[in-house]
Amino acid sequence: MISFVSGAYIVSALLFILALAGLSKHETARRGNAFGMAGMALALVATLLLVVDRLTGDVVGDTTAVWVGLAIVLVAGTVGAVIGIRLARGVEMTGMPELIAMMHSFVGLAAVLVGYNTYIEVADHGAHADAIHNAEVFLGVFIGAVTFTGSIVANLKLSARMSSAPLVLPGRHLLNLAILVASAVLMVWFMLTEGWSGLAPLAVMTVLALVLGFHLVAAIGGGDMPVVVSMLNSYSGWAAAAAGFMLGNDLLIITGALVGSSGAILSYIMCRAMNRSFVSVIAGGFGSDGGSAVGAADRDYGEHREIQAGEVAELLAGASSVVITPGYGMAVAQAQYPVAEMTRRLREKGVTVRFGIHPVAGRLPGHMNVLLAEAKVPYDIVLEMDEINDDLADTDVVLVIGANDTVNPAALEEPGSPIAGMPVLEVWKARDVVVFKRSMATGYAGVQNPLFFKENTQMLFGDAKDKVNEIVAALG
Amino acid sequence: MRIGIPREFRPGETLVAATAKTASQLAGLGYDVVVERGAGAAADQPDTAYADAGVRVGTGEEVWSSDVVVKVNAPSEEEIVRLRPGATLVGLLAPARSPELVERLAAAGVTALAMDAVPRISRAQSMDVLSSMANVAGYRAVIEAAHEFGRLFTGQVTAAGKVPPARVFVVGAGVAGLAAIGAAGSLGAVVRAFDVRPEVAEQVESMGAQFVRVEMEQEVSSDGYAKEMTAAQEAATAAMYDEEARAADIVITTALIPGRPAPRLISAETVAAMRPGSVVVDMAAANGGNVAATVRDERVVTPNGVTVLGYTDLAGRLAAQTSQLYGTNVVNLFKLLTPAKDGRLTLDLDDVVQRGITVTRAVEGGGAAEAMWPPPPVQVSAAPAAPAAAVPAEKEPPAPPDPRRRVYAAALAAVLFLALATAAPASFLPSLTVFVLAVVIGFYVIGNVHHALHTPLMSVTNAISGIIVVGAILQAPVDNVAVQVIAGIAVLLASINVFGGFLVTRRMLNMFQKG
Repeated sequence: MISFVSGAYIVSALLFILALAGLSKHETARRGNAFGMAGMALALVATLLLVVDRLTGDVVGDTTAVWVGLAIVLVAGTVGAVIGIRLARGVEMTGMPELIAMMHSFVGLAAVLVGYNTYIEVADHGAHADAIHNAEVFLGVFIGAVTFTGSIVANLKLSARMSSAPLVLPGRHLLNLAILVASAVLMVWFMLTEGWSGLAPLAVMTVLALVLGFHLVAAIGGGDMPVVVSMLNSYSGWAAAAAGFMLGNDLLIITGALVGSSGAILSYIMCRAMNRSFVSVIAGGFGSDGGSAVGAADRDYGEHREIQAGEVAELLAGASSVVITPGYGMAVAQAQYPVAEMTRRLREKGVTVRFGIHPVAGRLPGHMNVLLAEAKVPYDIVLEMDEINDDLADTDVVLVIGANDTVNPAALEEPGSPIAGMPVLEVWKARDVVVFKRSMATGYAGVQNPLFFKENTQMLFGDAKDKVNEIVAALG
Repeated sequence: MRIGIPREFRPGETLVAATAKTASQLAGLGYDVVVERGAGAAADQPDTAYADAGVRVGTGEEVWSSDVVVKVNAPSEEEIVRLRPGATLVGLLAPARSPELVERLAAAGVTALAMDAVPRISRAQSMDVLSSMANVAGYRAVIEAAHEFGRLFTGQVTAAGKVPPARVFVVGAGVAGLAAIGAAGSLGAVVRAFDVRPEVAEQVESMGAQFVRVEMEQEVSSDGYAKEMTAAQEAATAAMYDEEARAADIVITTALIPGRPAPRLISAETVAAMRPGSVVVDMAAANGGNVAATVRDERVVTPNGVTVLGYTDLAGRLAAQTSQLYGTNVVNLFKLLTPAKDGRLTLDLDDVVQRGITVTRAVEGGGAAEAMWPPPPVQVSAAPAAPAAAVPAEKEPPAPPDPRRRVYAAALAAVLFLALATAAPASFLPSLTVFVLAVVIGFYVIGNVHHALHTPLMSVTNAISGIIVVGAILQAPVDNVAVQVIAGIAVLLASINVFGGFLVTRRMLNMFQKG
């Protein structure tokens, strides 16, 4: 039976690799997801068989615990499955970032629980645990706890139940460093203990790690949330891998490492797209150390000009190429459906419509793509920033719907700006730019946007969904 | 309010201040537009074209009695007399060079807006007629030169022998110069260019020409225009002009200094030393010329066979194009002057653009207008202004990291890892091997993920990381109630992830469709 389970685990691991590989292309993405499901199903069945095997095999001892355990697993698993399915069915596509952040916290908490269980199991039997095993438990709990609180903070920030502004404590880097050093010391202590005496360092470290997770993510501004979510994804993988080490389970190690490294590389890709240092984003505090930012914000950029929905419709009908650059505001206003409808109408009139997506538009990598796909915008007209930036100069009209920092020319023109050096969609090169916005307030980075005052820019104030609907109506 | 577009009085003038298209755009801003009969005839804009565009064609009387008169050239005395007191006049007024015109307009009690006084700031670019006209003129200068030049521009190897490419030297890389560089380059010539502002070298090179450098200190322009050089600089530059002009087949000079006569750059001796058949186009002829031999508005052939063109109407020679561009600049100006789009012109003197073009302003209740010229200076280039350069303690850029440091770091990591592996028990190593290999696979599998799939990818990895459920399941059958309860909670949490993650991913993927 052990051999069968090992074989099943290897097949599961391969299926997971195929799942990740499949997800990198549109054509194979659905197949990839199916591979992932198959892998997971196989792993679950094999693991249950392993448990059942204890009833029939030559294991000496009481079988009641096994029966109870099996019952617990089945009941808990079913309840979890029902909750998971309901969450997945009910979630609005705009609420996707929050949901994913919340799910990361589950993995983090599960890793903490599994770590504690491993410790209790060993301590309870008074068995001798070697130092390496203790280290594995310790690391598993540490990573799990950081992931847990970090994801909860991310979830709260994304669902706007907590201010998205970075929390800047004095000496925040020192604080993080102090927690890391203290945890390292506690780990050495824990490695040398036996039995229940290790509970103190483990518990103290858990509290410290929970604080660290909270503080790490609280210090990161809303604009960097896509990177954070991806980073937490990576952490949840490492937590699973650590659990694999402590349980000696290769499937957990492989899967955890896959998720961990793929999440890390994804975060890295995003940081590179924003021209930001990976370390500085993770260490937190976007836009919080720009003393010169104040000067830029106070600068007088002149007057902005307003436009009405009807005029935008005229502008669009007369254009031959239109580029739409959506941002988080489109998600907030749930404007993706009218936008898709407008796109369809314009395409029927023979206007070339394309979408330009900034790598960090929205609150999750690829957030805009998901929303547009939900509204049935064909994915081959949805282009990445690098694919569309060169074409913007030849574009007649650019509609900026709920985007701000990602279209801010200050990133290129004002070296003192907190977003300086970040590649942006160069929409101002187009003939006309229409910015859909609620008010003249600044974006997540808190930086004024000179785009609004450019003389080829016109502002359309109001709820993006209503305004796009008005344009659709005017297009007839 | 009514906008009148008169016929230009100057003999030979081909331009018109509004084409049928731009006139209807003005009407779109709420104005009542009337065009004088025959105004656009020379610019391929017959009266019928205006009528087709829904613009009224009227008499000179009606045009000149309008609230706003938009024309191209500065008005003549007769025209000023025809203006209504309190009316607004828009045109190329050259207020810096014609103080008497400013006085006259003030006396006439009209508001005068000079299209050629638009400050060179990015916001005002769409109204910058000088740029529009210089662009067309630069192109035309090359065409005129090609017309006079007895050979091909492009180098060819033919059955009848090899043809060398023409060598073009452009002086001044402003809009006209850059347009000339572009036009000459696309005809196949070898183009070299010089400008006293070293910062335009990049623009010159971007147009495919070679920037000629003079080894000396050059000033970075702070107002977007070139300045006159010091005597020492001039001496060094003169030698370069002489050398470049002698080597060139075509010389196009565009050097202007605002409000001053054009600098004399190419001496009579230099022209005398050029090869017969060479052509010089002096685009600064209207302001006195950059070349000694230039005669304004004339084609001159020097004794050694060099043709010197001093045409000042280069833009006017492409009347349809220039009128269209001028008209669009006018429309953009009126968009600024008519914020409410209600056909009412409002002049906001707090705006640098509007203040910059205002030469005179009519006073309420009639009488002489207030002279507003010259406006306060506008700083256009925010970059390396003088005060910034004066700060001596410029922060040094951080030294680039030593590439060897990476090697050291990698070596150190490898040594540490080996030490750790040696110290670890043997049972730990197979797991570690699996771990390291899986990390590497993770990196490569994700490397080139399509940007649109970031969210589904994240949600599937999220589901997969629910694999921790396996750990929890294995702990459940232990003979310890606490452990079992905790394991149960862990199973519950992890299975939310497993089921929720995969389902959400599937939901998302089903939405993606190709159009």
